[in-house]
Amino acid sequence: MSGETVAFYVLAVITLGAGVIVVTSPNIVHSAVALIPAFLGVTGLYILLNAEFVAVIQVLIYAGAITVLILFVIMLTEGGTGLRVHQRNEQGVVGAAVAGAMAALLYAVVTRTAWGTGTGTLPAYTPGAIGQSFLGPNLLVFEGTSIVLLVSLIGAIIIARKED
Amino acid sequence: MSWALELLRAVVGTVLIFTGVAVIAAMFGVLLERKISGWIQSRLGPKHVGPQGLLQTIADTLKLLQKENIVPRNADPLIFASAVIVVPLAALLDYVVIPFGATRGGPLIYRDLNVGVLYFAATSSLVVVGILMAGWGSNNKYALLGGLRSAAQMVSYEIPIGLALITVAMQAGSLSTVAIVAAQTTSAPHVWYIITQPISFLIFLTAATAEVNRVPFDLVEAESELVAGYFSEYTGMRFALFQLGEYGEMFAMAAMAVTLFLGGWHAPWPGRPLLHPVLWFVVKLYVLIFVFMWVRWTYPRFRIDQLLNFSWKFLIPLALVNLVVTAFFIMVLRA
Repeated sequence: MSGETVAFYVLAVITLGAGVIVVTSPNIVHSAVALIPAFLGVTGLYILLNAEFVAVIQVLIYAGAITVLILFVIMLTEGGTGLRVHQRNEQGVVGAAVAGAMAALLYAVVTRTAWGTGTGTLPAYTPGAIGQSFLGPNLLVFEGTSIVLLVSLIGAIIIARKED
Repeated sequence: MSWALELLRAVVGTVLIFTGVAVIAAMFGVLLERKISGWIQSRLGPKHVGPQGLLQTIADTLKLLQKENIVPRNADPLIFASAVIVVPLAALLDYVVIPFGATRGGPLIYRDLNVGVLYFAATSSLVVVGILMAGWGSNNKYALLGGLRSAAQMVSYEIPIGLALITVAMQAGSLSTVAIVAAQTTSAPHVWYIITQPISFLIFLTAATAEVNRVPFDLVEAESELVAGYFSEYTGMRFALFQLGEYGEMFAMAAMAVTLFLGGWHAPWPGRPLLHPVLWFVVKLYVLIFVFMWVRWTYPRFRIDQLLNFSWKFLIPLALVNLVVTAFFIMVLRA
């Protein structure tokens, strides 16, 4: 087995193990903290794919910012403990069925797709290239994300100013 | 390179960085802090252990190693114990992209990532996760308040740091730390980015003080109101590890400021450097560390609302204007 394969399996175990804890833990703070190894495992997978920029952004936004905000919100809203929140309801069977169907679908799609295996060199990750890509081929996605963020910002302001 | 060798290199690198941070940043940093605070307050500072009190921190560390390890009864044991690992680990990760100097073989850096500056922004923001875990896991209201303040503070001050980093990256045209140092030192009189980007430098230094929770931004561990903040419940070696993480983070911020604004490991003039590059780096590093400590023992503490307002209503608008002005000048000068 090559080093990359070993690394892939180690990272997959970390990601999936942390993911299982996120879903099953009865304590919502444990779930939120377990998100971090899950995100870092995905970061490792990005690095294995030579996608360093995406990997760093993953750490910056998901592990660093999103998790902190989730923890912050839990601690502000649930009296600092988060222990009173019920993590499960009676829809477990339905949820499991949907998850199983989704897994089967993904497996079928992944195994039946003819993945391209062309050779070539990766473009360099320079700030210029990243900027060109955002304002060139990916402009629509970029602007779409901006609108979503703007809407959530306005929503947050409206919620925060409700008492006026 | 075979992967086993790469793994060995990673392990050796981690051990080296950890030892370096523990000895140079944490132990010597604490001693320096006490000496400088003593000097500013017209005291002598530690004086008795070793010549001029030089061995004081070593004695303190040995004492901390022998202390009983207390876990509060209502604490969450898993989170309480793992927070101790997260804080120093996040600080250590910063050092991967910092070039400490140069030898004939090239710059002395663990890995020159071409997204190095972004990587630094990402890893330095991970510390807050450990602080929140410690605050929540202790099951103590003062610790929790400290953790929450830290989260609010770090999320606010990451933005001015990011905006200051962007202006430097724009001017250098690269996100790699080695390339940024090179961009400052290729021209005949070296033009450090502190000269072309003084506002960015001040924003970075201010926000870095807030990111590492030092006075006047140390609301996270404000002794007069929160006991010791998020690490109130920690004893012995666990307390020492938090201390290590904090000083490690401060030295990492100062090292990054040296790399981005003060020309890295190069002498201020081209040609013969007089000192070894590593020494130049250390000299500049300790100048900035001295500034951090000077500020700490000179200014009183902010209130939490003043602190957050300062970031959102002053630093971020200033950083944005600075960004636009930088972009304008780069467009004009390159056109």
